Amino acid sequence: MNWEGMYTLYYKELKRFGKVALQTIMAPIVTALLYLLVFSHVLEQHVRIYDNVSYTAFLIPGLMMMSIIQNAFANSSSSLIQSKVSGNIVFVLLTPLSYFEFYLAFLLASITRGLAVGLGIFLVAMLFVSLPLHNVVWLLLFSIVSSAVLGSLGIIAGIWAEKFDHMAGFQNFIIMPLSFLSGVFYSIHSLPEFWQSVSKFNPFFYMIDGFRFGFFGVSDVNPVFSFIVVILIWLMLGWFTLAILKSGYKLRD
Amino acid sequence: MDAAIHIDNVHKHYGSLHALKGMSLTIEKGEFFGLLGPNGAGKSTLINIIAGLTRMDSGQVSVMGQDVVSNYRQSRRRIGVVPQELVYDPFFSVREILQIQAGYFGKGKQSTGWIDSLLEGLKLTDKADANMRTLSGGMKRRVLIAQALVHKPDVVILDEPTAGVDVELRSSLWEFVKALHNDGHTIVLTTHYLEEAESLCQRIAIINHGKLVALDSKESLLARGVGMTCAVSVTLAEPLNNIPDDLLTKIKSVDGEKIEFILNRGTDNIMSLVDCLRDLGAEILDLRTEDADLEDVFMELTGQRST
Repeated sequence: MNWEGMYTLYYKELKRFGKVALQTIMAPIVTALLYLLVFSHVLEQHVRIYDNVSYTAFLIPGLMMMSIIQNAFANSSSSLIQSKVSGNIVFVLLTPLSYFEFYLAFLLASITRGLAVGLGIFLVAMLFVSLPLHNVVWLLLFSIVSSAVLGSLGIIAGIWAEKFDHMAGFQNFIIMPLSFLSGVFYSIHSLPEFWQSVSKFNPFFYMIDGFRFGFFGVSDVNPVFSFIVVILIWLMLGWFTLAILKSGYKLRD
Repeated sequence: MDAAIHIDNVHKHYGSLHALKGMSLTIEKGEFFGLLGPNGAGKSTLINIIAGLTRMDSGQVSVMGQDVVSNYRQSRRRIGVVPQELVYDPFFSVREILQIQAGYFGKGKQSTGWIDSLLEGLKLTDKADANMRTLSGGMKRRVLIAQALVHKPDVVILDEPTAGVDVELRSSLWEFVKALHNDGHTIVLTTHYLEEAESLCQRIAIINHGKLVALDSKESLLARGVGMTCAVSVTLAEPLNNIPDDLLTKIKSVDGEKIEFILNRGTDNIMSLVDCLRDLGAEILDLRTEDADLEDVFMELTGQRST
């Protein structure tokens, strides 16, 4: 293993999003808080999903996880598409980094950004609402593995996309609908039966539901099942990402 | 001498385009080697295969004895590539870019002194903390060279390094590259500026349509050019009328009283030309001969004029 090379790529990715933290960290936190303010103001008195959990409190884990996964995706995908379009990806491809080291560095950077955004939302939200912490280990496991899933998906999208328009399509037609329709703002039990069944095909639902269990100790489905689903998706996507990196697809033509 | 780069029967297709057609070539350690060819000849494809940026369909390439596929980590440590395009990461300063590049090769911590030397050698010290976006084209080009050298490679490939660079910078770049060569680096240069290859390279390969059309020392190639296309420029007192057919075939251009002839050194000689002109009643005011340059050789071998 070229540990220093891999660490350098990870460090470079951290510095890259750190230099534009207003856009990569602060903006998602503000967006999540705006959702929180608007939805809690409108629905706080009308909706109660779990006993002893206010709607505003219910909303926070969902908003955190939605931001974690969207930013984990954005980190790897935007870095790769920018590097490809500007041509500076060549400086990584010329190095003795293996495809596995390349994957790990981008993955860890995505997880780091996802966690940074999630933690930021949590800290600011705590100013408004007191949240219970039922099980921190579940919180960490779901946030890390979910970031890994979206970080991998971001690498795939970044490699596949040839222009920013492709990336916007991926983001707006796949990531956004799946994350909005995953139970961030509602419990799937409040949906008609058909849409409950449809929701269970949405992998983001398991990420959010399991993450919410870490706060409240209640969830729509068993968190162990959710975790197995998320882990399996990561293993599948991870394997696929490594396979395309190894093949050199769109990178080493 | 041992091989710095060994290329054996390399084929590469891009769809239906056969970009490299069984290319074989050996570049010796310590050489200053020129790789010439018109656009689309396959130069960049070949360089990308050597650097690991492109995968060949078949064949074998090694750098300093290390196979670029099976032992890519070692081969990439031994080679530095200066890309043709002015590419850079807009998030970082010059020093950050060099530190990051050294880190990829596992030499981040130990490279501080070397990075300072590179910055000084390439006259970038006062720009070390400037963002890449703020640099001029020439400075960006120098940073690219520093990036290629930051891991101290044995072989340095410069892919059209002076394209779009002003004359003054071009000359200082060549001084730097010559110093690298004198330090023992193997230098591989691709260029469209034939005079650069002519003045710098010891051996030159000319490729066209994915094939090697010539590989020889600079002197031998030039000698081939002299033999085939010796240029004689004659200025007469008055324009010449009624030029016989056997002389017409030797004329390259006519500009009033000035006529440029191309003579075949094997079958023609200058004195016969002079006698022939005098027999036609011409008064010769001036006569100049020009040695063939690589451009003539290049044209002759590739069938087209370089740009």
